Amino acid sequence: MARKSHVQTTINGETVEFLCEPRQSLLEVLRDELHLTGAKEGCNNGNCGACSVILDGRLVNSCLVLGAEIDGKSVETIEGLAEPDKLHPIQDAFLENAALQCGICTPGFIMSAKALLDKNPNPTEHEVRYWLAGNLCRCTGYDKIVRAVLDAAAAT
Amino acid sequence: MSEKKEYKVIGTRPIRHDGVDKVTGRAIYGADFQITGLLHGRVLRSPHAHARIVSIDTSRAEAHPGVKGVVTAEDLPAAEDKMADLGEGAVSLKYLCDNILASDKALYKGHAIAAVAATSPHIAEEACELIDVEYEVLPPVLEVRQAMESDAPILHENLRTSSLGETGDKPSNIASHFQHKKGDIDKGFDEADVIIEREFVTGTVHQGYIEPHNATALYNPDGQLTVWCSTQGAFTVREQLAEILQYPISKIKVVPLEIGGGFGGKINVYVKPVAALLAKKTGKPVKVLMNRADVFEGTGPTPASYITIKMGATNDGKITAAQTSLVFEAGAYPGSPVGAGAMCVFAPYNIENVVIDGYDVVVNKPKTAPYRAPGATNAAFGTETVVDELAEKLNIDPLEIRLMNGAKEGDRRADGPVYPRIGFIETLEAAKEHPHYASPNGKKYHGRGIASGFWFNIGLESSVTINVNPDGTVNLVEGSTDIGGTRASIAMQAAEVLGIPAESVNPTVVDTNSIGYTAVTGGSRTTYATGYAAYEAAQDVVQQMKARAAKLWDVDEDNVQFADGEFSSINGKEEQISFRDLSARLGETGGPVIGRATMNPAGAGGAFATHVVDVEVDVDTGKVEILRYTATQDAGKAIHPSYVEGQIQGGVVQGIGWALNEEYIYNDEGEMTNASFLDYRMPTCLDLPMIDAVIVEVPNPGHPYGVRGVGEVPIVPPPAAIANAIYDAVGIRMTELPMSPDRLLKAMGKI
Repeated sequence: MARKSHVQTTINGETVEFLCEPRQSLLEVLRDELHLTGAKEGCNNGNCGACSVILDGRLVNSCLVLGAEIDGKSVETIEGLAEPDKLHPIQDAFLENAALQCGICTPGFIMSAKALLDKNPNPTEHEVRYWLAGNLCRCTGYDKIVRAVLDAAAAT
Repeated sequence: MSEKKEYKVIGTRPIRHDGVDKVTGRAIYGADFQITGLLHGRVLRSPHAHARIVSIDTSRAEAHPGVKGVVTAEDLPAAEDKMADLGEGAVSLKYLCDNILASDKALYKGHAIAAVAATSPHIAEEACELIDVEYEVLPPVLEVRQAMESDAPILHENLRTSSLGETGDKPSNIASHFQHKKGDIDKGFDEADVIIEREFVTGTVHQGYIEPHNATALYNPDGQLTVWCSTQGAFTVREQLAEILQYPISKIKVVPLEIGGGFGGKINVYVKPVAALLAKKTGKPVKVLMNRADVFEGTGPTPASYITIKMGATNDGKITAAQTSLVFEAGAYPGSPVGAGAMCVFAPYNIENVVIDGYDVVVNKPKTAPYRAPGATNAAFGTETVVDELAEKLNIDPLEIRLMNGAKEGDRRADGPVYPRIGFIETLEAAKEHPHYASPNGKKYHGRGIASGFWFNIGLESSVTINVNPDGTVNLVEGSTDIGGTRASIAMQAAEVLGIPAESVNPTVVDTNSIGYTAVTGGSRTTYATGYAAYEAAQDVVQQMKARAAKLWDVDEDNVQFADGEFSSINGKEEQISFRDLSARLGETGGPVIGRATMNPAGAGGAFATHVVDVEVDVDTGKVEILRYTATQDAGKAIHPSYVEGQIQGGVVQGIGWALNEEYIYNDEGEMTNASFLDYRMPTCLDLPMIDAVIVEVPNPGHPYGVRGVGEVPIVPPPAAIANAIYDAVGIRMTELPMSPDRLLKAMGKI
């Protein structure tokens, strides 16, 4: 087994240090080492988006990033979105629109939507659909998810 | 029509109770579970579709640093010739066990052979590669018509065909053949002016839930086995574990964690018994997670099928006869949903003369599992395409021919049941009145299609207890895992009875030690049956609290009434107390109040749906674009309309995927060549328009609020509706699913 690397990074605004094997993905580090299990594993090869996080302002599939790669960088995960007594407007919009059923894809969709609205606060329906096409949902048929993101855009 | 009932909670759209946990990433799904001392398990799977297992040598794996235990079928109790009873009739225990860990033969690529527990998932994976398995590779058979040939490779030497009460005398891949008959089929076809007979082929498709299967097991020295997992039914997991491990039910506790989709695919167990065996062997808790390829290759898809449909009608549009042969892939072990398909195939229509033959055939693919209205989508693809063709030949509007022949209350389905009040006609009328149907449809290569569907829904056992809190809220305890918002739809039914807001009911899904038996979240039963139990448990609370009010007021219990959240005395004293205020006085009137109910309701009612779809066919690429989609469905009574719409929209989109993209693609060796989400391409939001879900409400007489199951039927019509739309667009009848670009180009003669 290769030696573990020491990584210092920022996660949801907090400085975090951890040790990881070279082969461990960011998703594994988040879930297994840091116990941030909001990012989900649906495919582990970048096809489903359930593990979406924002890395230095860019939306990534955390299963396709190595844990060691985030040294010195900044990661936003679903756990960092809500304030102690207040949900993020995208989270509120998902609840108001009933935009989740089983909820396994929801953290990924919310992080993708945040990355979209950070860049484009007033997307069209097509822009929302284009941006979210990297996230799979098998329950909702996407209708209410797209509406939730459009509502969140209108609310902010 | 019946009068509209006024409800305070039913029909509103509160925020779901588990919502905040699920939008903040805090909800604990199966794979998120942590426990001290945890080991990680990994399953070795067969690289061959059909092979005899000559030997398994685990010694190199066991010697690998970090490995704590290895198990094979040898670790399972001997299962030869035993039958297991899982509540739905006897099944072969050997088949059940062999599907968990193969003993003598690998019957599909991905079949579990052995498993390793180690200190990390990576070490477990490395160790799997150190297990030496010697196989004698056999030719696979992958398609039902080939599997039925007399010289086909045989999967099970002991399997004999059970056909119409007779048992065959030689090995066969045909596990069973049954028949439903109604009327006189020859007379029916004699009466017809037009007869259409067509063959249909549908591909193997997967439920496609985003969360892979998972289990964490802990085996204590006192013999207590605990399994944390995501499942559609904790109690069915307990039953399956008890049978497969031959272990007492009283020693097994199953803790259902949040579940990331199931659609029927998370009823059967796969890695749960494996985790239990590894936990027993190592004395440590062991978590086993599947990866996505494992899910495709090792868990139940829904069957491919070969279907013939023959239907006849008179010139004025009356369907006089219908005949079908439904041949379904069971996968590696008997038990396809062909029985359910046979119940649904002609169910939307009142046809006097019917013959339905069903065949369950084993092939070298994973054992099939239920998938949303199992069997009905395959069957409806055939029927609804032929009905469309009949309408065309007779020059009758496709909605009209369905209205003319549509089943109503009192009509008898070919497999026996007589319909109670059903709402098929109302779904047709809703489609007819919808602006979509009246909108223009005439552009080149654009087409419109109609199709209907039926799913029978089920009841089964549910248990609910309700504990009253001193502040007038209640804690509702249930055993139905919540896959799509059922905490809310169950809690709302209790809230309606108790006259309190939905938010004042705290629903909790608990483990198998903490609630009475509750059957799976499946069969579109949960809002119906567990909701019914919540209704009854709330009624029990009301009865008990009436007695408390009577005690407070020193009146007879019969003189206390309850309405709109207020108890009042109706005879003598003018007393009144709210549910909330009385809740605060339970201590002084006799102690806590716990309402309880167990149910096995028989009146599930059936669900019908009618869909209208507009497509555009790209005649150069063969790609079909969904332009507009409207789905009407009888929900009986929509408890939480947003989640009913969500079920309809989600079912439609799964049906669109089945229609246009999704299939297992096999090579000649029987290996699935597209076992990833990239290559098994499910619809993304960019592939779709908004899905207009139209809820029709024809109350189910078998439920106090009129609820019908809603989850499954919306997947049934889409493939046929889209096929009919493609015909309308380019004049080609597609009879094979999926209607992928290559198949469409071939059908159009372009390649």
